[in-house]
Amino acid sequence: MDIILDSAGFNQAVEKICSEILRDNPSLDNLAVVGMHTKGVFLSKRITEALSKRLKKPSLQFPFGTIDITLYRDDIDDLGLDIPLIKDTEIPFDLNKKNILLVDDVLFTGRTVRAALDILISFGRPKTIKLAVLIDRGNREFPIEANYVGFKYPSAKKIKVECKEIEKVDRVIVL
Amino acid sequence: MILNRKYLLGLQNLDKKELQIVLDSVRPFKSLFTRSVKKAPTLLGKTVVTLFYEPSTRTRTSFEIAAKRLSADVVNITVAASSVVKGESLIDTGKTLQAMNADYIIIRHSLSGAPDILARSLDASIINAGDGFHEHPTQGLLDLYTIYEKKKSFENLNVLLVGDILHSRVAKSNIWALTKMGAKVSVAGPPTLIPPKIETLGVEVYYDLDEAIKKADVVNILRIQLERQKENLFPSVHEYVELYQLTKARLAKAKKDILIMHPGPMNRGIEISSDAADSVNSVINEQVTNGIAVRMAVLFLLKPKAGKNEL
Repeated sequence: MDIILDSAGFNQAVEKICSEILRDNPSLDNLAVVGMHTKGVFLSKRITEALSKRLKKPSLQFPFGTIDITLYRDDIDDLGLDIPLIKDTEIPFDLNKKNILLVDDVLFTGRTVRAALDILISFGRPKTIKLAVLIDRGNREFPIEANYVGFKYPSAKKIKVECKEIEKVDRVIVL
Repeated sequence: MILNRKYLLGLQNLDKKELQIVLDSVRPFKSLFTRSVKKAPTLLGKTVVTLFYEPSTRTRTSFEIAAKRLSADVVNITVAASSVVKGESLIDTGKTLQAMNADYIIIRHSLSGAPDILARSLDASIINAGDGFHEHPTQGLLDLYTIYEKKKSFENLNVLLVGDILHSRVAKSNIWALTKMGAKVSVAGPPTLIPPKIETLGVEVYYDLDEAIKKADVVNILRIQLERQKENLFPSVHEYVELYQLTKARLAKAKKDILIMHPGPMNRGIEISSDAADSVNSVINEQVTNGIAVRMAVLFLLKPKAGKNEL
């Protein structure tokens, strides 16, 4: 089994994302965080924890939402029975005029992000939407890029992001 | 996770696992209703036809809204305005709709089994919106979901169906689904309106509503089809009201947190009194809202490309 990022590498990637976010928006003005199910939700919690540590504000809280893209997929007819149970899409704040940080674990074709953008704008009109991903695998099929990338791994190989919450360890492996 | 089924003809065919998949899938659809844009593009480019051989406003409208919120194109056909009055057969009507590329046909018919006939003759996904005295599966599912949402579990839950069980397809779908999920189902009504041997479906029979209501966690009041009165199945509406109307006085004997349900349309003052229908225990309006979400889930969960062998 090839390990792309071990636990330390995983943390470094999260810290790299945080540095880039703070360079862009030092005061984290009007920031709201939206994680894409499933791993993007855990990852967005890591990022907000790291941001509050850096700003030395342990209680720093951002408006937080989650997105499930199942109903917005463009390949639903091809999936057959492989469609997972739909999870909750919850945006429990007014996203109008917010700076949205959209978080996912892996950026590959760009189709998932396209679906997530459609969902976000169905809730209102955010001021900006920026994308943070832990791993960028390249191989884009849509003209979509991430604003903040933890680690670049341009490859068609299937990879898996593991998180403490589910797999008991933070790491990224090749399947 | 979706259902490995092309058709929804009745809840008798669904097993517990499939019913649970439906229950677990509804909430994301319901959460769409509170967004500024209440639509998702899931069925974009698909055509949904509602083919109603019996009058209906709420079921047809509910399906129409459900399909539109999933971005499908919807065509409504009511019999009075169709070729059926010119003598076209059910199968020919279905084949014509199929030739127009209908992906889903939602049918209501006065004859039990009409949706099965369409399913055997067509490639489109068929959804039963009520057939004769047989089943009304989406009503059964929305009742099931409404109970699940409020009570969280079916274990040891006592559900009482009151009224015309004999002619009620809603009652049949409720009984199939609830007993499979582990609820204890009872029926109460005049002996002439309770089908003989209904105990074999695993339900308890009461003729005395005051007795039956004591242990109920949920009471689902069925509509008295006033046209049945001509068949002399009960002596008079007045007597029915005396013995079987759900009233505040009868509710006083029930559990404090009893859920009051009614599939609609209600005959206020006949099977249910206005103060019972509008009481804090009533979830009748929530049933209507849940109906849209449940029908969206059904449209999403059916697999239109599945083979024909899973009726």
